[in-house]
Amino acid sequence: MTGTFVGMPAFPSAARKALSNETLRGNLRYATHTIRAKRAGAVSELDDWAALREAGREIKDQALRHLDRYLLQMEEAVTAAGGVVHWAADADEANRIVTGLVKATGESDVVKVKSMATQEIGLNEALEAEGIHAYETDLAELIVQLGKDRPSHILVPAIHRNRGEIRDIFTREMSEWGRPAPEGLSDTPAQLAEAARLHLREKFLRAKVGISGANFMVAETGTLVVFESEGNGRMCLTLPETLISVVGIEKLVPTWRDMEVFLQTLPRSSTAERMNPYTSMWTGTRDDDGPRTFHLVLLDNGRTDTLADRVGRQALRCIRCSACLNVCPVYERAGGHAYGSVYPGPIGAILSPQLRGTASEIDASLPYASSLCGACYEVCPVAIDIPEVLVHLRERVVEGGPVVRQGAKVTLRPARGHAAERAAMRAARWAFSHPGALRAGQRLASGARRLTPRTLPGPGRAWTATRDLPALPPEPFREWWRRTRQQEAGRPAPADRGEDQQ
Amino acid sequence: MRVALFLTCVNDTLYPDTGRAVVKLLTRLGVEVDFPMAQTCCGQAHYNTGYRHEAEPLARQFSDVFRDYEAIVVPSGSCAAMVRELYPRLGERARAEGRGDALAEQLAPVVPKTYELTEFLVDVLGVTDVGAYYPHTVTYHPTCHGLRSLRLGDRPRQLLSAVRGLELVELPGAEECCGFGGTFAVKNSDVSAAMGADKVRNAASTGADVLCAADNSCLMHIGGTMARLGTSARPARAVHIAEILASTEEEALA
Repeated sequence: MTGTFVGMPAFPSAARKALSNETLRGNLRYATHTIRAKRAGAVSELDDWAALREAGREIKDQALRHLDRYLLQMEEAVTAAGGVVHWAADADEANRIVTGLVKATGESDVVKVKSMATQEIGLNEALEAEGIHAYETDLAELIVQLGKDRPSHILVPAIHRNRGEIRDIFTREMSEWGRPAPEGLSDTPAQLAEAARLHLREKFLRAKVGISGANFMVAETGTLVVFESEGNGRMCLTLPETLISVVGIEKLVPTWRDMEVFLQTLPRSSTAERMNPYTSMWTGTRDDDGPRTFHLVLLDNGRTDTLADRVGRQALRCIRCSACLNVCPVYERAGGHAYGSVYPGPIGAILSPQLRGTASEIDASLPYASSLCGACYEVCPVAIDIPEVLVHLRERVVEGGPVVRQGAKVTLRPARGHAAERAAMRAARWAFSHPGALRAGQRLASGARRLTPRTLPGPGRAWTATRDLPALPPEPFREWWRRTRQQEAGRPAPADRGEDQQ
Repeated sequence: MRVALFLTCVNDTLYPDTGRAVVKLLTRLGVEVDFPMAQTCCGQAHYNTGYRHEAEPLARQFSDVFRDYEAIVVPSGSCAAMVRELYPRLGERARAEGRGDALAEQLAPVVPKTYELTEFLVDVLGVTDVGAYYPHTVTYHPTCHGLRSLRLGDRPRQLLSAVRGLELVELPGAEECCGFGGTFAVKNSDVSAAMGADKVRNAASTGADVLCAADNSCLMHIGGTMARLGTSARPARAVHIAEILASTEEEALA
């Protein structure tokens, strides 16, 4: 899959395609099960995990409640430290700002630290359109970029690829982008890593402009924080003369002390490490070290609208650890691409339809991309109740209702294609509100049970394609109850009177 | 103790054997069981599919039917979770929408006295050996709502371990969803079927004769998948835990 996510099919058909790819399923199953088990081990080492989880939730909620105030504090602190702050309402504005800043340096190459925010806005494509080449330096992002592919996982963007596929991509593509892969490259991890190291080193040493995101922003000092495992990010953050950081406004925490919690919960939840190998923090500029120029682009792109939603806003607590992806049985089988967004898995299923709205086919289908098993909520280190938000968004899709889009209150109409279901739900509710009607229906079904087909028409076909229906019993329970109680008491069964009192 | 059986609409219509087993089991343990005839459905399917306003009248009806009983026993983890976990949310939501406390107050009395069957046996009656006899190899699938909403923990395993003749074998990947998920099974049928097939494969790897769970909706999906995979497939049957616990030497069930 290349290009943009625009025009993605709805989740069920995208998932069907992934399910038929045996290699993909094998890669995903192996990777998610491995990291899932490791994470459980890393988390169980801490006796106070539940308290840390609660603290993380509170810190993020508190920051979100007063986000306007903390953002102004952040701007003031960054400016005082020698940085320049830009505000971007949407993807287009952010891309315009960054493209303009790079052009002003006169450079046509930039090196990039892995960043979800820049993927969300399609920055690489926007830069390319202006003749600026952006080089991804995170190993997995490099694999995705060289493979003309799309990331399929938040933390492990190339999770859908195995070692053999990566070797083939390196051998075929590296020479197009810079230093070619060594002759006779094997698929051992050490050789693959060495090939990437040599390829990337040339980029680091030449780069004059670096572009990053950030995992956190600390309002009280104007500091940005990046967690990474390889050290490539630190090279991008320190070697170039100009550093541009694009960060979603929800990444803000009020104080340095708040980092204590996330320094423990993020690595353990994401890579199952006690502490991640590289934690880089930078505040403005200095004359004798690091970039001479620093720009911070604060990205909204649907976040303020999401914040206006009482239930849905908890998605903004997300610290992008991707633990929810690794435990999700749906993600494991459908793969990341089926979600049609840079945010796949359970968090993507609640974040994308809020940031982008539910107008497109894919966004309207994402709230249903879950069996509501609850595994995602259980592992989330900031306690986002993903099932609750999924149900909330399902209601938005089927019933419509008030939302905030681009700062204005609007009332959504129900999405198309749910009229028959809505009618069925209302009819079922009516029958269930009238026990006599339910009983009549049951009697009718029992009477006709020999005529019940093994395969169903309409939406029911989706059930009988792979599963047998249970046989209808000759007698529903309530008939048995009535009959046997009658025999016990030696008197006629109570009449229907009383059943329809509702 | 005045105990009501809330059987659930799925069990009433499709799995009356489970209802008869619960009555037999509780009666054997000295509990007087009533089945209020005005009961129907808890509203879970409506709630989870996004029709929460349709779930409200069903929640009110549940409360009216069951409010005077000391305990309400439900042989379904997901329906018990609907009452315990989601009825309070319906109340909160009505409040947030400016409709006042009336719904919350109406639902509050039934929430704390609604018990999933295994919870009722272990926590309320205080029994783990219910005097059952079931000479089969059994593997147990802890359903998602039982596991993560109700936190049933090892209660079902304690009960099964005390059954004479029963050999309990661990299910690999037990805590993974079977893929039913209510309307998910139809709306995302391919993913649902793949999850079901993996669950059945894991169950087959145990060599058990029977897969059991505390929720017939999940068993309908798992059992339907087993049936489609052929008669030689193992486990040969998907059985509700109530039917195992009700089974005795004199009267074997399932």
